[in-house]
Amino acid sequence: MLQALLTVRQARRPAILVTYLDSGQQVLIAPDSEAPAPGMSEAIRRAAQQLLREDRNELLETELGPVFVHVFNPPLTLIIVGAVHIAQCLVPMAQLAGYRVVVVDPRRRFATAQRFAEVEVLVEWPQSAFDKLVLDHRTAVITLTHDPKLDDAALHFALHSPVFYIGSLGSRRTHAARLKRLIGAGLREGDVARIHAPVGLPLGGRSPAEIAVAILAEVIQVRYAERRSMSG
Amino acid sequence: MTELLEIAASWRQRGDRVAIATVVATWGSSPNPAGSQLIVNERGDFMGSVSGGCVEGAVVQAATEVIDLGQPRLLRFAVSSDQAWAFGLACGGTVQIYLEPLA
Repeated sequence: MLQALLTVRQARRPAILVTYLDSGQQVLIAPDSEAPAPGMSEAIRRAAQQLLREDRNELLETELGPVFVHVFNPPLTLIIVGAVHIAQCLVPMAQLAGYRVVVVDPRRRFATAQRFAEVEVLVEWPQSAFDKLVLDHRTAVITLTHDPKLDDAALHFALHSPVFYIGSLGSRRTHAARLKRLIGAGLREGDVARIHAPVGLPLGGRSPAEIAVAILAEVIQVRYAERRSMSG
Repeated sequence: MTELLEIAASWRQRGDRVAIATVVATWGSSPNPAGSQLIVNERGDFMGSVSGGCVEGAVVQAATEVIDLGQPRLLRFAVSSDQAWAFGLACGGTVQIYLEPLA
């Protein structure tokens, strides 16, 4: 059972492990496969699908006794545009918090293997990199380059997607200029209001590592605020 | 970071006997939500957590039994404020933990 679960996890697909606590019997459901789960009641199956959407684990009381539904969603993804010093700090922090992290930067001087050893790096423009990435409701996008050519391109993609968090480094003045450009390029005010800027919770820190903490803290805050509103 | 279950698989592969503890329900202010896990081998080495560090000792102890008997067990730590002090559990919450041997 463990091997089957790990195989699904490594393929970054969702899985639900259903354990009948009285008998110790376990059933692994791969929700995106067609294979039926043998002998599972419709009520448990439905509850499991609902819990998967809510990313929540729960003990169900059933006629077969207590049943634990353990949801294994693929990790949340954090896409960092800009292989800068803050990104070097943010990568391991976000990985510790359970995120799959991808760094995007076409500038070869920045996106070197020496600076980013333990993370997926795409040395490409956002336009081509984002084509290869899935920007879904389990993804956060953060732009750190300070270069409008790169940041704006990434923000256009992010704003046309359902990602749960968009953050962009820059002072209030930088951000005001950025909003002007984005609206000039056809985006609506309601759309650009999704961008968190200045990025991160106001912790007052100044060093790259401290700013990385502030950014990750804000991503986590937004993620849980969203979940609370989802479960009512 | 290597996932806990991957570590469990690697322990099993090198010949350890392993149990997995999973928080299945909590009441009151228990720090670890349902789904939190701890893995432990027959020597009592453990990784992960099922509480803020308060009931881990008892879980690790119970795990050696579960490994020996080869049968899962459901544990419940209902901690009153007095007991909480004895366990070092600051929260006074209650936690139910499913402990299973890894085949």
